[in-house]
Amino acid sequence: MKRPGIVKAVLIFLFLVFLIQGGLQLYRHRHFDVPVVAGPGVTRVVRLSDFGPGLKGTMADPLVYFLEGKEPGGKAILLSNTHANEPEGLLATLLMLENAVVEKGTLIIIPEFNHSAGRNTRPGDGYPLYFEVQTDWGSKKFRLGNRDASPLDQWPDPDVYIHFPDRQLLSYIDVRNVNRTWPGRPGGPLMEKVTFAAMEIMRREKVDIAVDIHGAETMFPVTNCIVAPEKSNRIATMTSLTVKAKEGFDSHVEPSPTGFRGLSHREIGDYSDTLPFLLEAPIPFLDQPTGPKTVKFLLDGKDPFLLSLAQKKKLFVPYDESGWPLEKRVGQHCSVILEILGQYSKKNPDRSILVRDIPRYAEIVRNGVGHYFHDPAGAEKDKIYLN
Amino acid sequence: MPIIMILYYLITAYLVSLLAWNFIREKKKSEDLAQYLLVLIPLVLRILRIK
Repeated sequence: MKRPGIVKAVLIFLFLVFLIQGGLQLYRHRHFDVPVVAGPGVTRVVRLSDFGPGLKGTMADPLVYFLEGKEPGGKAILLSNTHANEPEGLLATLLMLENAVVEKGTLIIIPEFNHSAGRNTRPGDGYPLYFEVQTDWGSKKFRLGNRDASPLDQWPDPDVYIHFPDRQLLSYIDVRNVNRTWPGRPGGPLMEKVTFAAMEIMRREKVDIAVDIHGAETMFPVTNCIVAPEKSNRIATMTSLTVKAKEGFDSHVEPSPTGFRGLSHREIGDYSDTLPFLLEAPIPFLDQPTGPKTVKFLLDGKDPFLLSLAQKKKLFVPYDESGWPLEKRVGQHCSVILEILGQYSKKNPDRSILVRDIPRYAEIVRNGVGHYFHDPAGAEKDKIYLN
Repeated sequence: MPIIMILYYLITAYLVSLLAWNFIREKKKSEDLAQYLLVLIPLVLRILRIK
């Protein structure tokens, strides 16, 4: 090297360009807030840290919305963004937050359950950082998060994650996956504190039903379904049959395995009186053998490689040229949740939960998801919450 | 921040200092210089609490 000083200067310049250009994008993503307009049904908003120690001041302290009816009844908790790269759950709960009115009982909604994962990105898979949904007043921008919490908030990962309290050995990365850290503990890693706080809500508020909303690959057998343990099985089966008969879409029932620990549909039922359900809608974007992971693909679910695999019968859901658009996924979630609440209320009239103004599958498919979001610019300031 | 996390940040800072020192001392191989800086990017982003 004849002129090491010049070479070093050029390399440092390039280093700073990459560092600043890449770092700024990641910094902005982590600190980007999505405004949510609280609807007429929202009666109070608290933080998850009000129910669990060790969360206050961290990136794992999401907002908890209460929608309380005038008449007392049962209580249901809805969790979305458990995996923040499965946005249909988030959109379904935000749609409810902005529109639902509870007439009897209480709905508790935590739209960004894994708040840290919602502010994390997925390295290596070329995921977009944001996506936009068209509304009647313009487009609404959301962050696309990751499956697991950010290592900025919980680090380092262990070699093997030893589940508490069953001591089952799980993958190291599942220590940051809030659907492996149930039922949690107050002194554990941050994600165990998150699930512990959610369990505290269920125990203190005497919650009857918990619904954890997800999306799953079309090549994964546990997709397009309701996962339920034995105690929730009857309601799940009735829900599955009813939505098939009345609304024309499939959402079959999968049993919650007893030997696989840490999952919401297993531990919530085992460690509280709450009936847990986990909903899966197919999200082709998460499948591995696809084209580029674009925003368009995330929204419309159309991919030629998956279509070819569907023709070879390699998928676990029906798949054709229409893909599996966001409207269908969000619509399924809304209808299945309404049906679970309805079935529970029929069986337990003294603990019934009556909710109105949540659109069902056919309406959401017809009108689009964005139709149900309200313009933050035209809303009262005290109704706007930043997620 | 838990103690173990603080220790990992200290380890990261130590690695950053080692790489920076090697970069300063390297006089001959431009490939090595580029590789030191490439390896530095994620470590610096972690210390700055960006990624």
